[in-house]
Amino acid sequence: MNLALPALVPALLALGAAATLAAGKKAPGLARPLAIVPVAVSAVLALVVALQLGTGQALDAATRLTPTGGPDIALAIHLDGFSSLISVLVGLVATCVQVYSTAYLKEDPRYPSYAALVSLFTAAMFLVVYSGDLIVLLVGWEVMGICSYFLIGHHWETADARSASLKAFLVTKLGDVPFLFGIFLLGADARSFRIPDVLAAATDGKLGHPTLIALLLLAGVAGKSAQFPLHTWLPDAMAGPTPVSALIHAATMVAAGIYLVARLLPVFLLSGAALVVLAVMAAVTMIGSALCALAQDDLKRVLAYSTVGQLGYMAGALASGDREASVFHLVSHGAFKALLFLAAGVVIHAAHTNSISAMSRIPGLRKRVPDAYWTMGIALVALVGLPPFAGFFSKEAVLTAAEHAANGEAMTNGLGPASAVPEAAGWIVLISAALTALLTAAYATRLFLLAFHSPAVAAVEAPAADHEADAPYSPELDEADPATAEPPAMRWPLWVLAIPTMGFGVAGLRSDWLPALLDGGSLRPSGVTAVTGTGLAVVGVLLAYGAWRSATARLGAGRPSPAGVGRVPEQAGAPAAEVIAADPGRTLLGPLFGPARHGFGVDRLYSALFVRPVVGAARLVRFLDREVVETYVRGSGAGANLLGRAVRLAQTGNAQTYLSALLACVVLLAVLVAV
Amino acid sequence: MHLAYPVVLAALLFSVGVYGVLARRNAILVLMSVELMLNAVNLNLVAFDAWLRDSLHAGQALTLFTITIAAAEIGLGLAIVLLLFRARGTADIDRATALGDPAELLAEEPPAGAEALKGQAAA
Repeated sequence: MNLALPALVPALLALGAAATLAAGKKAPGLARPLAIVPVAVSAVLALVVALQLGTGQALDAATRLTPTGGPDIALAIHLDGFSSLISVLVGLVATCVQVYSTAYLKEDPRYPSYAALVSLFTAAMFLVVYSGDLIVLLVGWEVMGICSYFLIGHHWETADARSASLKAFLVTKLGDVPFLFGIFLLGADARSFRIPDVLAAATDGKLGHPTLIALLLLAGVAGKSAQFPLHTWLPDAMAGPTPVSALIHAATMVAAGIYLVARLLPVFLLSGAALVVLAVMAAVTMIGSALCALAQDDLKRVLAYSTVGQLGYMAGALASGDREASVFHLVSHGAFKALLFLAAGVVIHAAHTNSISAMSRIPGLRKRVPDAYWTMGIALVALVGLPPFAGFFSKEAVLTAAEHAANGEAMTNGLGPASAVPEAAGWIVLISAALTALLTAAYATRLFLLAFHSPAVAAVEAPAADHEADAPYSPELDEADPATAEPPAMRWPLWVLAIPTMGFGVAGLRSDWLPALLDGGSLRPSGVTAVTGTGLAVVGVLLAYGAWRSATARLGAGRPSPAGVGRVPEQAGAPAAEVIAADPGRTLLGPLFGPARHGFGVDRLYSALFVRPVVGAARLVRFLDREVVETYVRGSGAGANLLGRAVRLAQTGNAQTYLSALLACVVLLAVLVAV
Repeated sequence: MHLAYPVVLAALLFSVGVYGVLARRNAILVLMSVELMLNAVNLNLVAFDAWLRDSLHAGQALTLFTITIAAAEIGLGLAIVLLLFRARGTADIDRATALGDPAELLAEEPPAGAEALKGQAAA
């Protein structure tokens, strides 16, 4: 196989990014082709690389980048089934997003820089996927972080976008610092930064501190993949343009953390403690984010919390020792979540609001955006996990993996002994995943019904509030023309992504299809979990539907729902517009609704625990610098000044004074010499 | 004649000259005081020349030099005083303070008051 091909995939995109940036101001007409062509070619090349590699093969190539005196840093490529699969996914989603962006950001004056950053971001993701060296992987990892910062802050005119981009950057960096130390420790223990060497060292048991390494790496993964407790940046990141959310916060960047753990799973399998930590992290993330998603009013924030939860599923599969199931879910989730975000972008353009409750007051919204309506429905069914859509198979694969781990027969597929996975990890993941299946179904149903199916009669006398008063809201600047909400460039990517959303799941059924490309295990759902998972999902759908029906019926009767049933006490002061939306989330969550809407106060907690002490410390430092250190500096200046004044006093211009002083000094000297 | 007489006389003359240079306000009188000091030195030179019985009479020769130079110096000095008087209308040495550091004086007090103060201080 020609090694230039995989090297060309990220290089082409990086060059495309540079060209877009260079040509952007001078030739705006070139920006669109320069954005789309490299990413499309790269996607095709990634597909070609995957096809040439075939199944069950791995390819390693390396050239030493620089001698370091310690373990060498190599420009290495590592290709196997995982990298093939994910690179094709990244290529597909990135192409769809770039095409979609040409229409979505049609009138944006900063489109060239946006397109260049998206290209650069995709290049970095390809680098992470293909890299066979941890340090090179780290480069791609950090480039993604900075691109994400810029893209979230695309609308930097708004304070929301600025603070969201800063928050995303700082929170992910908080995870990246331990991650860096983890890589150093791993390289020092394995005496190499090459991934195959590291894995070989892990299998031979040469790693000295597997638990420490795994926990340090997990911190970086939690930051990048938005796992509790570092998940708080992702919901706020929705202040960026919607295609960015689709690309970064659904399909690629957040997947990088999962991909890294999947790559280094043998290292994690050495440490049962790290796997339990990962399982607990995943469980808290899943359930918490699903509850939050049920209470959000901002369409994109619902999807963001849903992303956090689905990433929890993937992390849970990894904690159960089954990286196949995790990557399977990663790919199917990448497809349907990108689809959800892109469809949400269409809906937001049509409705001119992010708020679901405001959308519910717009009559006939679903008739204005039929394609978005249908594709969103498809993607939501996939998210809920109903057969035969992709989400069903991949979610069941995760549940099956957890079930096996709970029985002590984890499906590690030869990466380690089945006993390496503690049964507790399997149980934690299994129970929380089942509960999350129920909640996921509920919030997906709520989202769909509220946004598209609310009775238009509700919007009679209430003044249309822009969004619910107390709900967290991340709007983006929106100048789109609602009349042409669905230009072809925004419609076709939806249907392209709908194909894998509907059909990809079948690939896991036969063991010589998708599993042959990966580790060769089984991705077939087992009977018990399939029935349980699907049953819980159906129950969730029915619950949400029932709650919605009863809430709508109350509204239809012409009187607002009485206080105490639909409204949480602390929100009693909210305006009437709040009552109009028949929100099943209120009924279902009851007293949890208020906390869930604000992410259970995690942000407030962090603000009290970390932000305020840091701000206080910064004030103290400023005070010490300005008042103490600078006082000495100013004092030395003032001292010299005073001395200068004293000397100037002697400079009177009177020659006789000078002579008197001279004579006095001469006499003094004479006396001194004589004595 | 005993050496003490001319030496004491020279010391007195020199002291008078020093006092004149340091304390007189008129520039011409200051120049005259300088002449007094020079002549005190001349007197010393001649006295010691005679007392040491120097065969080369270096003291007398040096005295001639000093007289010549003093003549030239007083010529220059008087010319400067003349120009000063023409430019300022006064030969008061306390008022000729243009080479001093005027910034603070200008900033803090009017120049006339400053000059008056200075005159008092020097007197």
